[in-house]
Amino acid sequence: MRLAIISGKGGTGKTTVAVNLALYLQKEGQKVCLADCDVEEPNAHFFLDAAWSRENRQTVAVPEINNTKCLGESCLQCVNECRFNSLIWIADKVMVFPELCHACGLCFFLCPVQAVDESTREIGLVRHGKGRGVEVCGGLLRIGEAMAPPLIRRVLKSTPGQGIVIADAPPGTSCPVMETLRDVDYVILVGEPTPFGLHDFKIAVELVRKLGLALGTVINRDGMGDDQMEKYIRHERLPLLARLPYSRKAAAACSRAEPLLEAMPEFKEIYRNMWENLQKEMQAGGK
Amino acid sequence: MIIAVSSQGQELKSPLDPRFGRATHFIFYNTENDSFAVLNNEPNLNAAQGAGIQAAQAVSRAKAAAVITGHCGPKAFSALQAGGIAVYLCKENTVEEAIQAYKKGRLEQAEEADRSGHW
Repeated sequence: MRLAIISGKGGTGKTTVAVNLALYLQKEGQKVCLADCDVEEPNAHFFLDAAWSRENRQTVAVPEINNTKCLGESCLQCVNECRFNSLIWIADKVMVFPELCHACGLCFFLCPVQAVDESTREIGLVRHGKGRGVEVCGGLLRIGEAMAPPLIRRVLKSTPGQGIVIADAPPGTSCPVMETLRDVDYVILVGEPTPFGLHDFKIAVELVRKLGLALGTVINRDGMGDDQMEKYIRHERLPLLARLPYSRKAAAACSRAEPLLEAMPEFKEIYRNMWENLQKEMQAGGK
Repeated sequence: MIIAVSSQGQELKSPLDPRFGRATHFIFYNTENDSFAVLNNEPNLNAAQGAGIQAAQAVSRAKAAAVITGHCGPKAFSALQAGGIAVYLCKENTVEEAIQAYKKGRLEQAEEADRSGHW
């Protein structure tokens, strides 16, 4: 089973929910892997006190033009067809800007004379480890690299094929989040019940619906802000899997990178209910 | 010689566009006969990325030997450099004023990009 935890707005508690759900399931005897897909600012490993046992450098294939083979101005297929504008024709040569390349491979495929050679661009690391008994994997984007999705794809590919995989998504609703949602069975949307939180929550709901994925919601810091998020959830007939109470003690535990399940045993019941509700939703073929 | 000036309109009196890659137009001014041609840069204006180097390519295709604009980023600058195209950055208000400043030798050739890259 593959789950993804998303939030729209940053700082609503994706990682808190991902880590504690993983810990809860692991203690229940499930085989669980937490995949930290926030490759720009990974932090799930802090909460699990994880040590990395494997780190693999990741690269993508980018074009390098062999000028002796290139047909030049009479062709320019690579220049004209690249939708990412990574190649230009200047000074009677094809000039490549590898940092703009999305590594789609079209130029290699199109070139009629095989003048596009393969060069590589490092995108970052994929890491594997274990913490508090939970298997963890994640990515670390190379500093200066602008594109997270290729690395997120590698992180998710490196997760086990069996058991429960929990993907902790990056914030927002753009390409990195969509990449995290590829091939998931169920999406948990964590919301913060404030006007700003609700604004981004709605955008996230739209995204998940557009992708046709099953969706359940969690209200984090329930008790702060107002009741507009709950009204919206009810109005949209979205399943509300759990509410996590607004608590100073929880905030303090988070700031020390302590999992809530350990710092506040009363949260165990909430995660148990969340998991039961989620399973019921999935059995009902939730939408 | 031909000078490419980033412009917000299609005339010499148009305001200079301070952006290079995402300028709305380019005016290609021919110093030999004081004529000019206009290129609508709209496709680049809306490009998700790579606008600067696409503009450099367009300028090169128009056989311009120099660019006058407000600012220039690192990728566009390196593309223009590869194309042997001189870059002049100026604060003139209109295309006309920029060309006059160039003709009088008041503009200094830029040696590097004056803006950092962005995504």
